Amino acid sequence: MKLNRRNFIGSAAAVSATLSAPMVMGAAHGKPKVVVIGGGAGGATVARYLAKDSKGMIDVTLVEPTRTYYTCFFSNLYIGGFREFASIGHTYGKLAADYGINVIHDWAIGVDRDAKTVTLAGGGTLPYDRLVLSPGIDFKEGAVPGWDVTAQQKMPHAYKAGSQTQLLKAQLEAMPQGGTYCMVAPPNPFRCPPGPYERISMVAHHLKANNATAKILILDPKPKFSKQGLFQEGWSNHYDGMIEWVGPDFGGDKVEVRPDAMEVVIDGEVTKVDVCNVIPAMKAGRIAEIAGVTNEAGWAPVHAATMATKADENIHVLGDSSHQGDMPKSGFAANSQAKVAAMAIRGALTGSKVFPAKFTNTCWSLIDTDDGIKVGASYEATDEKIAKTDGFISKTGEDAALRKATYEESVGWYDGITADMFG
Amino acid sequence: MKHLKHIILSAIIACFAQVATADHADGDAKRGETVFKKCRSCHKVGDGARNRVGPQLNLLFQRAAGSVEGFKYSASMLRAGADGLVWDHASLDTYLENPKSLISKTRMNFRGLKDEQDRADVMAYLRQFSDDPSNIPEASPTTEATDHSVDPEILALQGDPEYGEYLSSECVSCHQIDGADTGIPSITNWPIEDFVIAMHAYKDKKRVHPVMQMMAGRLSAEEIAGLAAYFENVGE
Repeated sequence: MKLNRRNFIGSAAAVSATLSAPMVMGAAHGKPKVVVIGGGAGGATVARYLAKDSKGMIDVTLVEPTRTYYTCFFSNLYIGGFREFASIGHTYGKLAADYGINVIHDWAIGVDRDAKTVTLAGGGTLPYDRLVLSPGIDFKEGAVPGWDVTAQQKMPHAYKAGSQTQLLKAQLEAMPQGGTYCMVAPPNPFRCPPGPYERISMVAHHLKANNATAKILILDPKPKFSKQGLFQEGWSNHYDGMIEWVGPDFGGDKVEVRPDAMEVVIDGEVTKVDVCNVIPAMKAGRIAEIAGVTNEAGWAPVHAATMATKADENIHVLGDSSHQGDMPKSGFAANSQAKVAAMAIRGALTGSKVFPAKFTNTCWSLIDTDDGIKVGASYEATDEKIAKTDGFISKTGEDAALRKATYEESVGWYDGITADMFG
Repeated sequence: MKHLKHIILSAIIACFAQVATADHADGDAKRGETVFKKCRSCHKVGDGARNRVGPQLNLLFQRAAGSVEGFKYSASMLRAGADGLVWDHASLDTYLENPKSLISKTRMNFRGLKDEQDRADVMAYLRQFSDDPSNIPEASPTTEATDHSVDPEILALQGDPEYGEYLSSECVSCHQIDGADTGIPSITNWPIEDFVIAMHAYKDKKRVHPVMQMMAGRLSAEEIAGLAAYFENVGE
């Protein structure tokens, strides 16, 4: 076991994290304590299920920097004009008031695995019996030559929902007539595999109505992508001639960007663009690295049945940050893993019954108005990994009524999962 | 106020509907029996009809909305009944055309019968079971339970609601625990047998939805029974 308390770099400096130190340290009662870091699909869900199902037998603390959490899922629909921004924002009031979760709005900046404590940027220290990390993703430095986080105002990633999403939408709306929207797509593995391509669909939907001569350029290091046949069919049905996808055969993997000049360099050839959405290669959220539970690729290997890390049995990692096997990195997957982890943690801390782990995922994507598609699978825990057991995907050539029903289903799912996360 | 508006609305519609009834004369009960196929996976009518996903429909005409004993209605339906909504030709016609236009939060997850003749016919069919209880035919066409046959041994399984509660965490990623049904149907407060039959219909790939086929496909009969037992009483 090593003490690992590196200095937190990055956005913490910009946040005035001056909350009073939490009163958890040295609490007199002997209840087991679970600290959850990250209040998204994994973290909010695991906190809620632990609090709900342990019926007060476990002290649950949730650490999340933002007071209003914007879901990454459905943020593309905001870009396309199908959702209001406020409709993807959620607060933690119910988790605190109805479930008794101690919600702390602060950054976790250190994990002492020997002392089993978490340090907060605001100065507090939280002891834990089990720690759950669900911090989403961070970007790999140097992944796209010419781009780093200081360039995100000129070339937004918009891959953590919030002000970045609003910025990208504003840039899209301000594009000159006939301009070029460029996306630098990420290499595998990354958050939300259909996400970049749904975003392209939403951008095209906006441009078709407002800027019909504009072009969309996707620079992709991958030879293929999620739901490719479905997206390409949809693009040719709805946005014929607008979207150009450049795979690795044509230099999609050799891309450099010049944010000040708004240029992209594709295999040596310079192209001027008007909006450039750079989605760099990803790794686990930083606190997982700080806790020392990540591997060389930047993700946290976990045991499938419990989501406990292979590096430390008292630390669980959920969702995008975890390296678990066959599940995609998605909000649905994080929500599903959170319930398995909650059950395992409760079993370990209170002796409650532990049932076999089951996981599910479904990812819906919107191509155009009432043209929804989906892909999904079920999974089980094996000794090696979370292993896929069954799956399905929408088919090309489906009729309009089915596609509309699929879209409506996704709207219902959004309400369902956010209720499952935030109470 | 909102409910008052509904009643005024249905009263206005009632005036027009009487004209419409005259135009159409009576619906065709025989044809209505065919139209009723759309309803009967949830609603039973005739001799021995019991409440299923929806309330039984014997003596429907002239009965107050939300008044069948033992059925778990939406709060909206109960309120409409308390406000004085009674099922007659006019109110049923409005409700059947677009259920949510009359009872905005009804649990009846049905888009409605847009065709006026379909509505007239199905009402003519239902009226046969309403005039007088003694008139209910001996051999009801709809007392068979289901759209899918399930082994009686499976139906007889006693589900463990606690196990069901654990398993339900997979369901509630999509289906809302409070019974809301926008885009995705409500699965709360179903009679156990209907729940079990529906899940086995997905498991056996008789019902077509791919997500549900996958979800039900890996559930054992005991697990389905547990879920049915849990969801029957959830939220009460």
